[in-house]
Amino acid sequence: MAKEFDLNEVEVWDGNYAASQALRQAQIDVVAAYPITPSTPIVEGYGAYVANGYVDGEFVMVESEHAAMSGCVGAAAAGGRVATATSSQGFALMAEVLYQASGMRLPIVLTVVNRALASPLNVRGDHSDMYLGRDSGWIQLDAFNAQEAYDLPLCAFKIGENLDVRLPVMVHQDGFTTSHKAQNVYPLKDETAYNFVGDYVPVDEMLDFTRPVTHGAQTEEDWHYEHKAKQHKALMDSRPVIDEVFAQFKELTGREYKRVETYMMEDAEVALILLGSSVESAVLAAKQLREEEGIKAGIIAPRCFRPFPYDLVRDALDVPTLKAVSCMDKSAPGGAMGALFNEVSAAAYTTSSRPLISNYIYGLGGRDFAIDEAKRIMKEQKAHADAGHITTNIQQFSGLRGPKLGFYETRRS
Amino acid sequence: MSITGSTVGTDKRGVRELGGEEKVGWDEVQQGVVLNSFDGTTEGAAFLKAEERNYADFNSYTATVASWRIIKPVYNRDICIDCQNCWVWCPDTSIISRDKQMLGIDYDHCKGCGVCVEVCPTNPKSLLMFSEATDNDEALAGWPVKEKKEK
Repeated sequence: MAKEFDLNEVEVWDGNYAASQALRQAQIDVVAAYPITPSTPIVEGYGAYVANGYVDGEFVMVESEHAAMSGCVGAAAAGGRVATATSSQGFALMAEVLYQASGMRLPIVLTVVNRALASPLNVRGDHSDMYLGRDSGWIQLDAFNAQEAYDLPLCAFKIGENLDVRLPVMVHQDGFTTSHKAQNVYPLKDETAYNFVGDYVPVDEMLDFTRPVTHGAQTEEDWHYEHKAKQHKALMDSRPVIDEVFAQFKELTGREYKRVETYMMEDAEVALILLGSSVESAVLAAKQLREEEGIKAGIIAPRCFRPFPYDLVRDALDVPTLKAVSCMDKSAPGGAMGALFNEVSAAAYTTSSRPLISNYIYGLGGRDFAIDEAKRIMKEQKAHADAGHITTNIQQFSGLRGPKLGFYETRRS
Repeated sequence: MSITGSTVGTDKRGVRELGGEEKVGWDEVQQGVVLNSFDGTTEGAAFLKAEERNYADFNSYTATVASWRIIKPVYNRDICIDCQNCWVWCPDTSIISRDKQMLGIDYDHCKGCGVCVEVCPTNPKSLLMFSEATDNDEALAGWPVKEKKEK
Protein backbone atom coordinates (compact mmCIF):
# COMPACT_ATOMS: atom_id res chain seq x y z
CA MET A 1 0.00 0.00 0.00
CA ALA A 2 1.42 3.35 -1.03
CA LYS A 3 2.01 6.04 1.56
CA GLU A 4 -0.12 9.17 1.46
CA PHE A 5 1.71 12.28 0.24
CA ASP A 6 1.21 15.28 2.48
CA LEU A 7 -0.13 18.11 0.32
CA ASN A 8 -1.13 21.68 1.15
CA GLU A 9 -4.33 23.21 -0.15
CA VAL A 10 -2.20 25.33 -2.45
CA GLU A 11 1.26 24.31 -3.60
CA VAL A 12 3.87 26.16 -5.66
CA TRP A 13 4.61 23.74 -8.46
CA ASP A 14 5.97 23.97 -11.96
CA GLY A 15 4.22 22.09 -14.75
CA ASN A 16 6.57 19.13 -14.60
CA TYR A 17 6.14 18.58 -10.89
CA ALA A 18 2.39 19.05 -11.21
CA ALA A 19 2.25 16.34 -13.90
CA SER A 20 4.41 13.95 -11.87
CA GLN A 21 2.11 14.36 -8.86
CA ALA A 22 -0.90 13.56 -11.02
CA LEU A 23 0.79 10.38 -12.28
CA ARG A 24 1.56 9.39 -8.68
CA GLN A 25 -2.00 9.96 -7.54
CA ALA A 26 -3.31 7.80 -10.39
CA GLN A 27 -1.15 5.00 -8.90
CA ILE A 28 0.37 3.95 -12.20
CA ASP A 29 1.63 0.38 -12.35
CA VAL A 30 4.45 0.93 -14.82
CA VAL A 31 6.45 3.89 -16.10
CA ALA A 32 8.98 2.98 -18.80
CA ALA A 33 10.97 6.10 -19.53
CA TYR A 34 14.01 7.59 -21.19
CA PRO A 35 14.10 11.10 -19.75
CA ILE A 36 14.64 14.10 -22.04
CA THR A 37 14.70 17.88 -21.53
CA PRO A 38 12.42 19.60 -20.65
CA SER A 39 10.17 16.72 -19.46
CA THR A 40 12.83 14.95 -17.37
CA PRO A 41 11.45 15.95 -13.93
CA ILE A 42 8.12 14.20 -14.62
CA VAL A 43 9.59 10.70 -14.74
CA GLU A 44 12.35 11.64 -12.31
CA GLY A 45 9.59 12.55 -9.85
CA TYR A 46 7.77 9.28 -10.46
CA GLY A 47 11.02 7.37 -9.83
CA ALA A 48 11.41 9.15 -6.51
CA TYR A 49 7.82 8.33 -5.50
CA VAL A 50 8.45 4.64 -6.26
CA ALA A 51 11.73 4.66 -4.31
CA ASN A 52 10.14 6.40 -1.33
CA GLY A 53 7.02 4.27 -1.19
CA TYR A 54 4.51 6.84 -2.43
CA VAL A 55 3.38 4.65 -5.30
CA ASP A 56 3.08 0.89 -5.83
CA GLY A 57 4.62 0.66 -9.25
CA GLU A 58 7.58 -0.19 -11.41
CA PHE A 59 9.98 2.26 -12.99
CA VAL A 60 11.54 0.61 -16.04
CA MET A 61 14.73 2.17 -17.33
CA VAL A 62 15.17 1.63 -21.06
CA GLU A 63 17.72 2.47 -23.75
CA SER A 64 15.70 4.89 -25.89
CA GLU A 65 12.33 6.56 -26.25
CA HIS A 66 11.38 3.93 -28.82
CA ALA A 67 12.01 1.33 -26.11
CA ALA A 68 10.22 3.49 -23.53
CA MET A 69 6.96 3.51 -25.48
CA SER A 70 7.48 -0.15 -26.42
CA GLY A 71 7.79 -0.98 -22.72
CA CYS A 72 4.61 0.99 -22.08
CA VAL A 73 2.80 -0.92 -24.83
CA GLY A 74 3.90 -4.24 -23.36
CA ALA A 75 2.93 -3.29 -19.83
CA ALA A 76 -0.42 -1.90 -20.95
CA ALA A 77 -1.18 -5.03 -23.03
CA ALA A 78 -0.26 -7.10 -19.98
CA GLY A 79 -3.00 -5.25 -18.10
CA GLY A 80 -1.44 -2.34 -16.20
CA ARG A 81 -2.10 1.38 -15.89
CA VAL A 82 0.84 2.90 -17.70
CA ALA A 83 2.28 6.34 -18.38
CA THR A 84 5.49 8.03 -19.44
CA ALA A 85 6.80 11.45 -20.50
CA THR A 86 8.82 12.78 -23.39
CA SER A 87 9.66 15.78 -25.57
CA SER A 88 10.92 16.68 -29.02
CA GLN A 89 13.52 14.24 -30.39
CA GLY A 90 12.36 11.63 -27.92
CA PHE A 91 8.81 12.09 -29.12
CA ALA A 92 10.01 11.70 -32.71
CA LEU A 93 11.78 8.46 -31.82
CA MET A 94 8.60 7.22 -30.14
CA ALA A 95 6.50 8.01 -33.19
CA GLU A 96 6.46 4.49 -34.60
CA VAL A 97 5.27 3.00 -31.33
CA LEU A 98 2.64 5.72 -30.78
CA TYR A 99 0.72 4.25 -33.71
CA GLN A 100 1.07 0.76 -32.21
CA ALA A 101 -0.35 1.94 -28.87
CA SER A 102 -3.42 3.56 -30.43
CA GLY A 103 -4.04 0.72 -32.89
CA MET A 104 -3.82 -1.78 -30.05
CA ARG A 105 -6.29 0.42 -28.12
CA LEU A 106 -4.08 0.71 -25.04
CA PRO A 107 -5.02 3.67 -22.81
CA ILE A 108 -1.47 4.83 -22.03
CA VAL A 109 -1.03 8.41 -20.85
CA LEU A 110 1.91 10.30 -22.33
CA THR A 111 2.77 13.64 -20.78
CA VAL A 112 4.47 15.63 -23.51
CA VAL A 113 6.43 18.74 -22.66
CA ASN A 114 6.41 20.46 -26.03
CA ARG A 115 9.77 21.30 -27.50
CA ALA A 116 11.14 22.19 -30.93
CA LEU A 117 12.46 19.53 -33.31
CA ALA A 118 16.01 19.65 -34.69
CA SER A 119 17.72 20.68 -36.86
CA PRO A 120 19.01 23.09 -35.57
CA LEU A 121 18.93 21.38 -32.19
CA ASN A 122 16.88 23.38 -29.71
CA VAL A 123 15.59 22.59 -26.22
CA ARG A 124 12.97 25.39 -26.02
CA GLY A 125 9.26 25.09 -26.34
CA ASP A 126 7.32 25.07 -29.57
CA HIS A 127 4.62 22.77 -30.89
CA SER A 128 6.59 20.74 -33.46
CA ASP A 129 6.38 17.53 -31.41
CA MET A 130 2.71 18.01 -30.59
CA TYR A 131 1.94 18.47 -34.29
CA LEU A 132 4.03 15.41 -35.17
CA GLY A 133 1.63 13.34 -33.07
CA ARG A 134 -1.57 14.61 -34.60
CA ASP A 135 -2.22 11.66 -36.95
CA SER A 136 -1.06 9.01 -34.46
CA GLY A 137 -4.56 8.13 -33.26
CA TRP A 138 -4.04 9.47 -29.73
CA ILE A 139 -6.31 11.87 -27.91
CA GLN A 140 -4.32 15.09 -27.41
CA LEU A 141 -5.15 17.47 -24.56
CA ASP A 142 -3.31 20.74 -24.05
CA ALA A 143 -2.49 22.35 -20.69
CA PHE A 144 -1.87 26.08 -20.73
CA ASN A 145 -0.43 26.38 -17.19
CA ALA A 146 0.82 24.31 -14.23
CA GLN A 147 -2.63 23.82 -12.68
CA GLU A 148 -3.88 22.35 -15.95
CA ALA A 149 -0.71 20.24 -16.24
CA TYR A 150 -1.89 18.67 -12.96
CA ASP A 151 -5.61 18.47 -13.72
CA LEU A 152 -5.53 17.13 -17.26
CA PRO A 153 -3.52 13.92 -16.65
CA LEU A 154 -6.11 12.94 -14.03
CA CYS A 155 -8.81 13.49 -16.64
CA ALA A 156 -6.69 11.74 -19.27
CA PHE A 157 -6.69 8.39 -17.46
CA LYS A 158 -10.43 8.58 -16.97
CA ILE A 159 -11.03 9.43 -20.62
CA GLY A 160 -8.62 6.93 -22.17
CA GLU A 161 -9.64 4.05 -19.89
CA ASN A 162 -13.36 4.54 -20.50
CA LEU A 163 -14.46 1.24 -22.01
CA ASP A 164 -16.13 3.05 -24.92
CA VAL A 165 -12.88 4.88 -25.68
CA ARG A 166 -9.87 2.66 -24.84
CA LEU A 167 -7.39 4.98 -26.52
CA PRO A 168 -4.07 6.46 -25.40
CA VAL A 169 -4.02 10.11 -24.37
CA MET A 170 -1.30 12.75 -24.59
CA VAL A 171 -1.33 15.68 -22.20
CA HIS A 172 0.76 18.51 -23.61
CA GLN A 173 2.32 21.48 -21.85
CA ASP A 174 4.81 23.99 -23.20
CA GLY A 175 8.50 23.43 -22.57
CA PHE A 176 9.92 25.80 -19.94
CA THR A 177 7.14 28.41 -20.09
CA THR A 178 4.84 25.89 -18.39
CA SER A 179 7.09 23.00 -17.42
CA HIS A 180 9.60 25.11 -15.47
CA LYS A 181 7.50 28.05 -14.32
CA ALA A 182 6.40 27.70 -10.69
CA GLN A 183 2.80 28.73 -10.14
CA ASN A 184 0.10 28.22 -7.55
CA VAL A 185 -1.47 24.80 -7.99
CA TYR A 186 -4.44 23.48 -6.02
CA PRO A 187 -3.96 19.71 -5.79
CA LEU A 188 -6.52 17.15 -4.68
CA LYS A 189 -5.93 14.88 -1.72
CA ASP A 190 -4.47 11.54 -2.77
CA GLU A 191 -7.65 9.63 -2.04
CA THR A 192 -9.88 12.16 -3.79
CA ALA A 193 -7.69 12.16 -6.89
CA TYR A 194 -7.48 8.37 -7.03
CA ASN A 195 -11.21 7.96 -6.54
CA PHE A 196 -11.81 10.40 -9.39
CA VAL A 197 -9.53 8.41 -11.72
CA GLY A 198 -10.91 5.08 -10.45
CA ASP A 199 -9.49 1.56 -10.43
CA TYR A 200 -7.96 0.40 -13.67
CA VAL A 201 -10.18 -2.04 -15.56
CA PRO A 202 -8.01 -4.18 -17.82
CA VAL A 203 -9.33 -5.33 -21.21
CA ASP A 204 -8.00 -8.40 -23.07
CA GLU A 205 -4.99 -8.39 -20.74
CA MET A 206 -2.19 -10.81 -21.54
CA LEU A 207 -1.77 -11.75 -17.88
CA ASP A 208 -5.22 -13.36 -17.90
CA PHE A 209 -4.01 -16.93 -18.36
CA THR A 210 -7.54 -18.30 -18.54
CA ARG A 211 -7.96 -16.57 -21.89
CA PRO A 212 -4.78 -16.41 -23.98
CA VAL A 213 -4.83 -13.65 -26.61
CA THR A 214 -2.57 -12.35 -29.34
CA HIS A 215 -1.76 -8.61 -29.25
CA GLY A 216 -0.15 -6.74 -32.12
CA ALA A 217 -1.34 -8.98 -34.95
CA GLN A 218 -0.53 -8.30 -38.58
CA THR A 219 -3.38 -7.57 -40.99
CA GLU A 220 -3.14 -6.95 -44.71
CA GLU A 221 -5.52 -5.43 -47.23
CA ASP A 222 -8.39 -7.72 -46.21
CA TRP A 223 -8.58 -6.57 -42.56
CA HIS A 224 -6.40 -3.50 -41.89
CA TYR A 225 -8.88 -0.93 -43.24
CA GLU A 226 -11.77 -2.12 -41.03
CA HIS A 227 -9.58 -1.96 -37.92
CA LYS A 228 -8.35 1.56 -38.71
CA ALA A 229 -11.93 2.72 -39.40
CA LYS A 230 -13.10 1.30 -36.07
CA GLN A 231 -10.18 3.02 -34.32
CA HIS A 232 -10.99 6.36 -35.97
CA LYS A 233 -14.63 6.06 -34.92
CA ALA A 234 -13.55 5.43 -31.32
CA LEU A 235 -11.45 8.61 -31.47
CA MET A 236 -14.29 10.66 -32.96
CA ASP A 237 -16.75 9.19 -30.46
CA SER A 238 -14.48 10.08 -27.53
CA ARG A 239 -15.77 13.68 -27.69
CA PRO A 240 -18.83 13.22 -25.44
CA VAL A 241 -16.73 11.14 -23.03
CA ILE A 242 -14.19 13.96 -22.78
CA ASP A 243 -17.04 16.41 -22.15
CA GLU A 244 -18.49 14.12 -19.46
CA VAL A 245 -15.13 13.66 -17.68
CA PHE A 246 -14.56 17.42 -17.74
CA ALA A 247 -18.04 17.89 -16.24
CA GLN A 248 -17.27 15.41 -13.45
CA PHE A 249 -13.96 17.16 -12.80
CA LYS A 250 -15.75 20.50 -12.52
CA GLU A 251 -18.16 19.00 -10.02
CA LEU A 252 -15.23 17.79 -7.92
CA THR A 253 -12.95 20.82 -8.15
CA GLY A 254 -14.91 23.76 -9.52
CA ARG A 255 -12.37 23.99 -12.34
CA GLU A 256 -14.06 23.94 -15.73
CA TYR A 257 -12.51 22.61 -18.92
CA LYS A 258 -13.96 22.48 -22.40
CA ARG A 259 -12.70 20.91 -25.61
CA VAL A 260 -12.52 24.44 -26.96
CA GLU A 261 -11.93 27.31 -24.57
CA THR A 262 -13.32 30.67 -25.60
CA TYR A 263 -12.65 34.07 -24.08
CA MET A 264 -14.73 37.19 -24.82
CA MET A 265 -16.11 35.67 -28.02
CA GLU A 266 -19.75 36.65 -27.41
CA ASP A 267 -19.43 39.97 -29.28
CA ALA A 268 -15.95 39.59 -30.80
CA GLU A 269 -15.16 41.17 -34.16
CA VAL A 270 -11.62 39.82 -34.33
CA ALA A 271 -10.03 36.78 -32.73
CA LEU A 272 -6.83 34.83 -32.33
CA ILE A 273 -6.88 31.05 -32.27
CA LEU A 274 -3.92 29.49 -30.56
CA LEU A 275 -2.66 26.74 -28.25
CA GLY A 276 -0.54 26.34 -25.14
CA SER A 277 1.01 28.89 -22.83
CA SER A 278 0.46 31.69 -25.37
CA VAL A 279 -3.27 31.53 -24.69
CA GLU A 280 -3.02 33.40 -21.39
CA SER A 281 -0.86 36.14 -22.97
CA ALA A 282 -3.34 36.47 -25.83
CA VAL A 283 -6.30 36.74 -23.44
CA LEU A 284 -4.53 39.55 -21.58
CA ALA A 285 -3.77 41.27 -24.89
CA ALA A 286 -7.41 40.99 -25.99
CA LYS A 287 -8.60 42.53 -22.71
CA GLN A 288 -6.17 45.42 -23.09
CA LEU A 289 -7.24 46.01 -26.70
CA ARG A 290 -10.86 46.21 -25.64
CA GLU A 291 -10.02 48.72 -22.90
CA GLU A 292 -7.45 50.81 -24.76
CA GLU A 293 -8.79 50.88 -28.31
CA GLY A 294 -12.31 49.56 -28.12
CA ILE A 295 -11.47 46.71 -30.49
CA LYS A 296 -13.73 43.78 -29.72
CA ALA A 297 -11.14 41.03 -29.53
CA GLY A 298 -11.65 37.45 -28.43
CA ILE A 299 -9.60 34.30 -28.08
CA ILE A 300 -10.32 30.70 -29.11
CA ALA A 301 -8.08 27.97 -27.70
CA PRO A 302 -8.59 24.29 -28.57
CA ARG A 303 -8.04 22.41 -25.32
CA CYS A 304 -8.41 19.17 -27.24
CA PHE A 305 -6.20 19.05 -30.35
CA ARG A 306 -7.23 15.48 -31.28
CA PRO A 307 -9.95 14.56 -31.88
CA PHE A 308 -10.02 18.01 -33.47
CA PRO A 309 -13.14 19.78 -32.15
CA TYR A 310 -14.58 20.86 -35.50
CA ASP A 311 -18.00 21.04 -33.85
CA LEU A 312 -17.01 23.42 -31.07
CA VAL A 313 -14.59 25.47 -33.19
CA ARG A 314 -17.42 25.98 -35.68
CA ASP A 315 -19.70 27.05 -32.83
CA ALA A 316 -17.03 29.40 -31.49
CA LEU A 317 -16.62 30.97 -34.94
CA ASP A 318 -20.35 31.22 -35.60
CA VAL A 319 -20.61 34.63 -33.98
CA PRO A 320 -22.48 37.14 -36.21
CA THR A 321 -20.11 39.95 -35.28
CA LEU A 322 -16.94 38.00 -36.04
CA LYS A 323 -15.12 39.29 -39.13
CA ALA A 324 -11.47 38.23 -39.02
CA VAL A 325 -9.42 35.65 -37.16
CA SER A 326 -5.78 34.63 -37.23
CA CYS A 327 -4.67 31.08 -36.54
CA MET A 328 -1.36 30.99 -34.71
CA ASP A 329 0.81 27.97 -35.42
CA LYS A 330 3.86 27.39 -33.20
CA SER A 331 5.40 24.82 -35.52
CA ALA A 332 7.36 25.11 -38.77
CA PRO A 333 4.70 24.39 -41.39
CA GLY A 334 6.96 22.41 -43.76
CA GLY A 335 5.58 23.62 -47.08
CA ALA A 336 1.97 24.21 -46.14
CA MET A 337 -0.22 26.52 -44.14
CA GLY A 338 -0.05 25.88 -40.40
CA ALA A 339 -2.07 22.90 -39.21
CA LEU A 340 -4.31 24.98 -36.98
CA PHE A 341 -5.09 27.25 -39.95
CA ASN A 342 -6.09 24.25 -42.03
CA GLU A 343 -8.27 22.69 -39.35
CA VAL A 344 -9.95 25.94 -38.35
CA SER A 345 -10.57 26.89 -41.98
CA ALA A 346 -12.31 23.57 -42.51
CA ALA A 347 -14.50 24.20 -39.47
CA ALA A 348 -15.18 27.83 -40.46
CA TYR A 349 -16.27 26.85 -43.97
CA THR A 350 -19.45 25.38 -42.51
CA THR A 351 -20.39 28.53 -40.58
CA SER A 352 -22.72 31.22 -41.86
CA SER A 353 -20.42 34.05 -40.78
CA ARG A 354 -17.34 32.70 -42.61
CA PRO A 355 -14.79 35.08 -41.09
CA LEU A 356 -11.59 36.00 -42.91
CA ILE A 357 -8.90 33.58 -41.75
CA SER A 358 -5.18 34.20 -41.89
CA ASN A 359 -2.21 32.30 -40.54
CA TYR A 360 0.74 33.31 -38.38
CA ILE A 361 3.74 31.14 -37.70
CA TYR A 362 5.25 32.21 -34.36
CA GLY A 363 7.36 31.25 -31.37
CA LEU A 364 9.56 28.66 -33.09
CA GLY A 365 12.33 27.28 -30.91
CA GLY A 366 11.04 29.22 -27.91
CA ARG A 367 11.01 32.68 -29.59
CA ASP A 368 9.14 34.99 -27.25
CA PHE A 369 5.56 35.91 -28.04
CA ALA A 370 4.80 39.17 -26.25
CA ILE A 371 1.50 40.83 -25.43
CA ASP A 372 2.28 43.80 -27.70
CA GLU A 373 2.77 41.43 -30.63
CA ALA A 374 -0.56 39.72 -29.89
CA LYS A 375 -2.20 43.17 -29.90
CA ARG A 376 -0.51 44.12 -33.19
CA ILE A 377 -1.79 40.94 -34.84
CA MET A 378 -5.32 41.52 -33.56
CA LYS A 379 -5.21 45.12 -34.83
CA GLU A 380 -4.18 43.74 -38.19
CA GLN A 381 -7.25 41.50 -38.08
CA LYS A 382 -9.32 44.63 -37.43
CA ALA A 383 -7.81 46.16 -40.61
CA HIS A 384 -8.80 43.02 -42.54
CA ALA A 385 -12.29 43.27 -41.09
CA ASP A 386 -12.64 46.95 -42.04
CA ALA A 387 -11.33 46.31 -45.58
CA GLY A 388 -13.53 43.26 -46.02
CA HIS A 389 -10.61 41.19 -47.23
CA ILE A 390 -7.22 39.97 -45.99
CA THR A 391 -4.91 42.94 -46.60
CA THR A 392 -1.67 41.01 -46.07
CA ASN A 393 -0.26 37.68 -47.14
CA ILE A 394 -2.44 34.90 -45.79
CA GLN A 395 0.54 33.25 -44.08
CA GLN A 396 2.92 35.51 -42.17
CA PHE A 397 5.65 35.14 -39.57
CA SER A 398 5.55 36.77 -36.16
CA GLY A 399 8.71 37.82 -34.35
CA LEU A 400 11.01 36.89 -37.24
CA ARG A 401 14.14 38.95 -38.03
CA GLY A 402 14.99 39.93 -41.62
CA PRO A 403 12.86 40.99 -44.61
CA LYS A 404 9.12 40.43 -44.23
CA LEU A 405 8.20 36.86 -45.11
CA GLY A 406 4.76 35.82 -46.27
CA PHE A 407 2.90 33.53 -48.66
CA TYR A 408 -0.37 33.56 -50.62
CA GLU A 409 -2.89 36.32 -51.04
CA THR A 410 -6.65 36.34 -51.36
CA ARG A 411 -7.58 36.33 -55.05
CA ARG A 412 -9.65 39.42 -55.81
CA SER A 413 -10.95 40.50 -59.21
CA MET B 1 -4.19 -30.74 -47.26
CA SER B 2 -3.25 -34.19 -46.11
CA ILE B 3 -1.39 -34.47 -42.85
CA THR B 4 1.33 -36.97 -42.15
CA GLY B 5 0.92 -38.19 -38.60
CA SER B 6 -1.89 -39.26 -36.34
CA THR B 7 -4.74 -37.01 -35.34
CA VAL B 8 -7.57 -37.57 -32.91
CA GLY B 9 -10.94 -35.95 -32.31
CA THR B 10 -11.88 -32.82 -34.23
CA ASP B 11 -8.46 -31.61 -35.23
CA LYS B 12 -8.72 -28.04 -36.61
CA ARG B 13 -5.24 -27.98 -38.15
CA GLY B 14 -5.29 -26.25 -41.50
CA VAL B 15 -9.07 -26.42 -41.88
CA ARG B 16 -9.09 -23.19 -43.91
CA GLU B 17 -6.91 -21.33 -46.37
CA LEU B 18 -5.13 -18.31 -44.86
CA GLY B 19 -7.45 -15.40 -45.72
CA GLY B 20 -10.35 -17.81 -46.16
CA GLU B 21 -11.93 -16.71 -42.89
CA GLU B 22 -15.29 -14.97 -42.86
CA LYS B 23 -14.92 -11.23 -43.48
CA VAL B 24 -16.85 -8.91 -41.18
CA GLY B 25 -17.34 -5.14 -41.27
CA TRP B 26 -15.56 -2.50 -39.20
CA ASP B 27 -18.30 -2.64 -36.58
CA GLU B 28 -17.68 -6.32 -35.87
CA VAL B 29 -13.88 -6.56 -35.85
CA GLN B 30 -12.23 -7.18 -32.49
CA GLN B 31 -11.15 -3.97 -30.75
CA GLY B 32 -7.40 -3.48 -30.83
CA VAL B 33 -6.90 -6.40 -33.26
CA VAL B 34 -6.83 -8.69 -30.24
CA LEU B 35 -7.10 -12.32 -31.33
CA ASN B 36 -8.33 -15.13 -29.10
CA SER B 37 -6.16 -18.23 -29.18
CA PHE B 38 -8.99 -20.61 -28.28
CA ASP B 39 -12.75 -20.83 -28.45
CA GLY B 40 -14.51 -21.60 -25.20
CA THR B 41 -12.69 -22.61 -22.07
CA THR B 42 -8.94 -22.94 -22.05
CA GLU B 43 -8.84 -24.97 -18.87
CA GLY B 44 -6.20 -27.69 -19.12
CA ALA B 45 -5.23 -26.63 -22.65
CA ALA B 46 -1.57 -26.84 -21.68
CA PHE B 47 -1.99 -30.57 -21.06
CA LEU B 48 -3.75 -31.29 -24.34
CA LYS B 49 -2.06 -32.17 -27.60
CA ALA B 50 -2.41 -29.58 -30.34
CA GLU B 51 -4.95 -31.65 -32.27
CA GLU B 52 -7.14 -31.89 -29.16
CA ARG B 53 -7.31 -28.16 -28.46
CA ASN B 54 -10.24 -25.99 -29.48
CA TYR B 55 -8.22 -23.44 -31.46
CA ALA B 56 -10.04 -20.25 -32.49
CA ASP B 57 -10.59 -19.38 -36.14
CA PHE B 58 -7.90 -16.69 -36.02
CA ASN B 59 -5.28 -18.98 -34.55
CA SER B 60 -2.68 -19.80 -37.21
CA TYR B 61 -3.09 -23.49 -36.33
CA THR B 62 -6.42 -23.54 -38.15
CA ALA B 63 -5.06 -21.93 -41.32
CA THR B 64 -3.11 -23.74 -44.01
CA VAL B 65 -0.26 -22.00 -45.76
CA ALA B 66 0.78 -25.04 -47.77
CA SER B 67 0.54 -23.02 -50.98
CA TRP B 68 3.52 -20.90 -49.91
CA ARG B 69 5.85 -23.90 -50.34
CA ILE B 70 7.61 -24.89 -53.58
CA ILE B 71 9.88 -27.58 -52.15
CA LYS B 72 9.00 -29.92 -49.31
CA PRO B 73 10.80 -32.18 -46.86
CA VAL B 74 9.97 -35.88 -47.14
CA TYR B 75 10.44 -38.05 -44.05
CA ASN B 76 11.88 -41.58 -44.14
CA ARG B 77 10.81 -43.54 -41.06
CA ASP B 78 13.13 -46.46 -41.90
CA ILE B 79 16.29 -44.44 -41.31
CA CYS B 80 15.20 -41.99 -38.57
CA ILE B 81 16.75 -42.51 -35.10
CA ASP B 82 14.21 -40.20 -33.32
CA CYS B 83 16.93 -37.84 -32.16
CA GLN B 84 14.45 -34.90 -32.26
CA ASN B 85 16.98 -32.55 -33.85
CA CYS B 86 14.49 -31.54 -36.56
CA TRP B 87 11.76 -31.00 -33.97
CA VAL B 88 14.02 -28.69 -31.99
CA TRP B 89 15.18 -26.68 -34.99
CA CYS B 90 12.00 -26.34 -37.06
CA PRO B 91 11.09 -22.62 -36.93
CA ASP B 92 7.39 -23.29 -37.53
CA THR B 93 6.77 -26.25 -35.17
CA SER B 94 5.96 -28.31 -38.25
CA ILE B 95 7.65 -31.51 -37.12
CA ILE B 96 5.05 -33.74 -35.52
CA SER B 97 6.48 -35.78 -32.69
CA ARG B 98 4.80 -37.67 -29.85
CA ASP B 99 6.53 -39.30 -26.91
CA LYS B 100 9.86 -38.54 -28.54
CA GLN B 101 8.90 -40.45 -31.64
CA MET B 102 8.86 -38.72 -35.03
CA LEU B 103 5.50 -39.02 -36.77
CA GLY B 104 5.99 -36.78 -39.76
CA ILE B 105 5.65 -33.31 -41.23
CA ASP B 106 2.81 -30.83 -40.72
CA TYR B 107 2.40 -29.94 -44.39
CA ASP B 108 -0.18 -27.26 -43.57
CA HIS B 109 2.40 -25.10 -41.84
CA CYS B 110 5.78 -26.21 -43.24
CA LYS B 111 7.24 -23.48 -45.48
CA GLY B 112 9.88 -25.73 -47.02
CA CYS B 113 12.87 -23.95 -45.51
CA GLY B 114 14.96 -27.14 -45.31
CA VAL B 115 16.37 -26.58 -41.83
CA CYS B 116 15.18 -30.05 -40.74
CA VAL B 117 17.15 -31.66 -43.55
CA GLU B 118 20.21 -29.60 -42.69
CA VAL B 119 20.25 -30.69 -39.04
CA CYS B 120 19.39 -34.38 -39.63
CA PRO B 121 22.45 -36.38 -38.48
CA THR B 122 21.73 -39.80 -40.05
CA ASN B 123 23.53 -41.30 -43.05
CA PRO B 124 21.73 -41.18 -45.39
CA LYS B 125 19.50 -38.37 -44.09
CA SER B 126 16.03 -39.27 -42.84
CA LEU B 127 14.63 -36.04 -44.30
CA LEU B 128 15.31 -34.79 -47.83
CA MET B 129 13.89 -31.93 -49.87
CA PHE B 130 11.87 -32.68 -53.02
CA SER B 131 9.82 -30.65 -55.44
CA GLU B 132 6.31 -29.98 -54.17
CA ALA B 133 5.03 -31.91 -57.19
CA THR B 134 6.95 -35.10 -56.35
CA ASP B 135 4.87 -37.93 -54.90
CA ASN B 136 6.10 -38.93 -51.42
CA ASP B 137 6.09 -42.69 -52.19
CA GLU B 138 8.12 -42.01 -55.33
CA ALA B 139 10.59 -39.96 -53.28
CA LEU B 140 10.94 -42.74 -50.70
CA ALA B 141 11.45 -45.38 -53.45
CA GLY B 142 14.45 -43.53 -54.79
CA TRP B 143 16.03 -42.73 -51.40
CA PRO B 144 19.85 -42.62 -51.51
CA VAL B 145 21.95 -45.34 -49.82
CA LYS B 146 24.51 -44.90 -47.07
CA GLU B 147 27.64 -43.08 -48.17
CA LYS B 148 30.79 -44.92 -47.24
CA LYS B 149 33.69 -42.93 -45.92
CA GLU B 150 36.69 -42.96 -48.20
CA LYS B 151 39.81 -44.36 -46.62
